Amino acid sequence: MTDTLSTSQQHRNDDTPLLSVRDLRVTFHRSGEEPFVAVDGVSFDLRPGDTLGIVGESGSGKSVTSLAIMGLLPKRGVRVEGEVLYNGTNLLTLSPDQMRDRRGAELGMIFQDPLSSLNPVVPIGVQVTEVLERHRGMSRKAATPLAREMLDRVGIPDPDRRLKDYPHQLSGGMRQRALIAMALAAAPRVLIADEPTTALDVTIQAQILAVLKDLVEDTGTAMIMITHDLGVVAGLVDRVNVMYAGRVVEAAERHPLFADPRHPYTWGLLQSIPRLDGARGERLNPIPGSVSDNLPWTSACAFAPRCSQPIEVCTQRTPELVEDHGRSLRCFNPIQHGRPSPDADTTRGTSEVTR
Amino acid sequence: MPNPLNPRGKKERIDALAATSADTSGGGVAVATVDDAGHVEESTGVSLVASAWQRLRRNPVFLIGLTITTLFVLLAIFAPLIAPHDPADPILLPEVRPQTNPIPPAREGFPLGADNAGRDILSRLIVGSRQTLVVGVMATLFGLLGGLTLGTLAGAFGGWVDSVVMRVVDVMLSIPSLLLAFSIAAIAARASQWTVIIAIAVVQVPIFARLLRGSMLAQRASDHVLAARALGVKESAIVFRHMLPNSLGPVIVQSTLVVATSIIDAAALSFLGLGNPDDRQPEWGQMLGKAQPYIYDHPALAVWPALCIIVVALGFTLMGESLREALDPKSRR
Repeated sequence: MTDTLSTSQQHRNDDTPLLSVRDLRVTFHRSGEEPFVAVDGVSFDLRPGDTLGIVGESGSGKSVTSLAIMGLLPKRGVRVEGEVLYNGTNLLTLSPDQMRDRRGAELGMIFQDPLSSLNPVVPIGVQVTEVLERHRGMSRKAATPLAREMLDRVGIPDPDRRLKDYPHQLSGGMRQRALIAMALAAAPRVLIADEPTTALDVTIQAQILAVLKDLVEDTGTAMIMITHDLGVVAGLVDRVNVMYAGRVVEAAERHPLFADPRHPYTWGLLQSIPRLDGARGERLNPIPGSVSDNLPWTSACAFAPRCSQPIEVCTQRTPELVEDHGRSLRCFNPIQHGRPSPDADTTRGTSEVTR
Repeated sequence: MPNPLNPRGKKERIDALAATSADTSGGGVAVATVDDAGHVEESTGVSLVASAWQRLRRNPVFLIGLTITTLFVLLAIFAPLIAPHDPADPILLPEVRPQTNPIPPAREGFPLGADNAGRDILSRLIVGSRQTLVVGVMATLFGLLGGLTLGTLAGAFGGWVDSVVMRVVDVMLSIPSLLLAFSIAAIAARASQWTVIIAIAVVQVPIFARLLRGSMLAQRASDHVLAARALGVKESAIVFRHMLPNSLGPVIVQSTLVVATSIIDAAALSFLGLGNPDDRQPEWGQMLGKAQPYIYDHPALAVWPALCIIVVALGFTLMGESLREALDPKSRR
């Protein structure tokens, strides 16, 4: 775990961000319905070799953020505002063709479900060479040895045979490895992994995370790891952005965040992970309610109805993201020293949701 | 079989077909993997097609359909060798008496007798299979070609191209299919086998187009197309390498069913005299039409070609339906 930090700190000497997201805002418009703001003013920097975790539950806007960066959101009914600066170029203003040239070559992405993300009627080898043909201008023949090498690097045994295999002939873990091989074939400088381990079982999860970590360190690729599982990011990322209802509620370096979560949502996420060193028979503490209980950010804290320690102001004003000692926090009544503050009106928050 | 008098039912059916088979690409493969989850590592590959074949092999309905169609195709290919007589030769004409004996009955060497021109019925049926096969297959092929073009256009471009193409298709589907085929065949200056083929092909185009467009749209929204986009794959490659091959399943199944419809439609057109007027080249529908005046006294004249049409159409339908069942994960028992 500690060597991750030291290696990435070497890369981090270069202080100009490779990818800089500024005030990203994604609005979905549907006819006859109120526009829905899925991502609301998200900003972060990613330096070469950095690994950033974006954590949040379903509907928090983490996947939409990644699709917006990649330019993969549908054009119709979606408005993307703000800036996504990659090496100084705003990706949001590029033409579709210019963006297409960058996808796969400069920005790679791995998806959640490895089976459905692979083309079922095309052999793995062809799917890997396709990327090289597209971005390196290679012939399929010339690209095949490289594709073989990629499969080998992501830990697929017997790559010569696997080149000719179809996706359904591979196991789940191997499929995800093949997807990683495709995403990294043209050596992109930024890799976005959108819940890459969700569809896999636990032992395979660990293997895939190890492969990602190794490859990212070897190649100096910057990575954005999107997940709902804090356990996944714990051993992998340098910095964590916790998102709730489209906004960043807490952002910090990995160690301070895990050791001393300040936002009640972050605290709740950590509390809901089972621990081996906990007392026997101890109950898990899930966060009550669901995203549907949210208040609108415009006039309150969206998390207030589910919060363990809401105070009066939480339902009256919008909390701002305040930066302090490298940590950004959006909360009126933060957690102090790892436990809920004693003056909180705890009964109110929970009773309102469990009704 | 789509009810030609109910175009709305026809559209719904096509869309339902496209929807179920859209799952085949993802769901079907998933099921195949679950089936052999135990030996994923060493399996050299049970593809979707192979696993469908495993089920088909033991399906009696499919086997009956396959047998009928195989026999029919063989019969058509070797017709001149099998037929005992020349189908155009009025051998028994001297025995035909328009008043007393218009139809020479069966006898030694002529097991089904002869028609009103003294030509051997068995030979005419056997050689007639060639026309039926050519019309059925060619009409399906042309219909498929037209449908693939329109469906790919609509599914690949979406937007206004999709709207324009699909409105044209809707208009074509709203006209009862046989009526449309009649009109097209009737417009032709000189009736021939080709007018029949083209008339029937045109009727099949909207069915194929709608079917393909439906599954192309499902593919457009699929994860693997999004993943291909994330790799910067060009739009043309996405359409032809990622979307089209994954959308063909239902279209191929539909083709086998369309062969049956084409054969029936072709018979209907010939029966009404819109087919090849030259009766030296026998055709089942045409034989049926020519049997009309004698239907009360000599029903056998109409029964034999009708039976041939029914059996062959049944063969293709059984094969097509069981193919669809085998490739559709939802109907699997």
